[in-house]
Amino acid sequence: MIAVIDYDVGNLFSLQASLSALSVDSVLTGDPEVIHRADGIILPGVGAFGDAADKLEQYGLKDCLRSEAASGKMMLGICLGMQLLFEESEEYGRHEGLGLLKGKVRSLREAIQNPEAIVPHMGWNELETARKDELTGGLPEHPFVYFVHSYYADECEDSLVAYAEYEGVKVPGIVRRENVVGMQFHPEKSGSVGLALLKAFADMCGRKE
Amino acid sequence: MLAKRIIPCLDIRDGRVVKGKNFEGIRDVDDPVAMARYYNASGADELVFYDITASFEGRKLFTEMVRDVASQIFIPLTVGGGIESVDDFERVLTSGADKVSVNSGALKNPELIGEAAKKYGDQCVVLSIDCKRVGSEFHVFSKGGRVDTGRKLKEWAKEGTERGAGEIVLNSMDTDGVRQGFDLPMLAELSEMNVPIIASGGAGSIEDFKALFETLPKVTAGLAASIFHYRTVKIDELKRYLNDNGVNVRLV
Repeated sequence: MIAVIDYDVGNLFSLQASLSALSVDSVLTGDPEVIHRADGIILPGVGAFGDAADKLEQYGLKDCLRSEAASGKMMLGICLGMQLLFEESEEYGRHEGLGLLKGKVRSLREAIQNPEAIVPHMGWNELETARKDELTGGLPEHPFVYFVHSYYADECEDSLVAYAEYEGVKVPGIVRRENVVGMQFHPEKSGSVGLALLKAFADMCGRKE
Repeated sequence: MLAKRIIPCLDIRDGRVVKGKNFEGIRDVDDPVAMARYYNASGADELVFYDITASFEGRKLFTEMVRDVASQIFIPLTVGGGIESVDDFERVLTSGADKVSVNSGALKNPELIGEAAKKYGDQCVVLSIDCKRVGSEFHVFSKGGRVDTGRKLKEWAKEGTERGAGEIVLNSMDTDGVRQGFDLPMLAELSEMNVPIIASGGAGSIEDFKALFETLPKVTAGLAASIFHYRTVKIDELKRYLNDNGVNVRLV
């Protein structure tokens, strides 16, 4: 059973539908007890970093997620959920993240030289491998995944697994440190490549029904 | 670098695909879910569903259909047709759509764009524009191309993006159905826009897509309906052709 964290951020229809298409049991929950019993955790997220971090705090989920991560449980942050795994973000002021991965979340607009470039980084982009990982082992050549975001993780070299090139910026796509995994793109919207990544994660959680 | 997107558009009436009679290879040819699966498997980068039903009952069927499609197809899904309020956005987004396309509803009430963008994010709001030449000007039409609003294309596109639309679909009424290529001069009007532009209307062959992406680098996607439905152009072949000609596309 995978706990998909429910903290009022965005539409989780597709994520749950893709898990169910993979025959992976999941439950949408904000209950620390349920999260504790789960085999793995997915932290989704759409919207602004500050609001999301406040909601995690408000629902008492920050401590819960930190202790679950420390216990070695597999955890996957998607999109904003990945950004929350880092130390801090500069999105509309400075906000503290979960600090499970080393790195900072910064504005893509400021990192891009070309003033005419379109932000958000939205659409299908190709993942380039930074280092080998069990998660990406089964992917085809030229794996394209679907991104929608305006901020990106910076200074995260130690956890970088795969990135996409956008307007001269290396945008981290997949990060991982042991049991803590992040995907900046939406695997639930990335066709067969996305499903393969979700399946690889679910397999690592040790159970798939 | 982002891949150029190929987007089939399906018109839905009372829960069924319209113009869907004579396709080869799909058993239940009118079934939106079967068609969505076919497009997903052949490499479509996104799907657009337009609700052209008028009745309340038809609308309910449409919402159920979006849910069915969204639970089986894991690529971005845009839904449009009759969107007039933030409640309409809510209805289709909770059914599993990722983006919502507005047209006449935004012309009638431009503030809808900003309200929806604020609530769901710019990336959720797609401004669809039906445009036609009137004299030497490009005019925006509403009500499915029946009413000339007198608004000029550039101005409306600019206003829409300033209000928060994250993408523009430009449908040329002049080239629509002609199958002699996209309306490149009309699309060039939007070359200063700082949002992705999706070209619609006029595609008849794989070469038309190549000409589109080569001539107008700012256009990020090509949308079409019947040429894909009737398989005059097959998406997997189209993408291989584009790839061979140096256009960056997602191959499946």
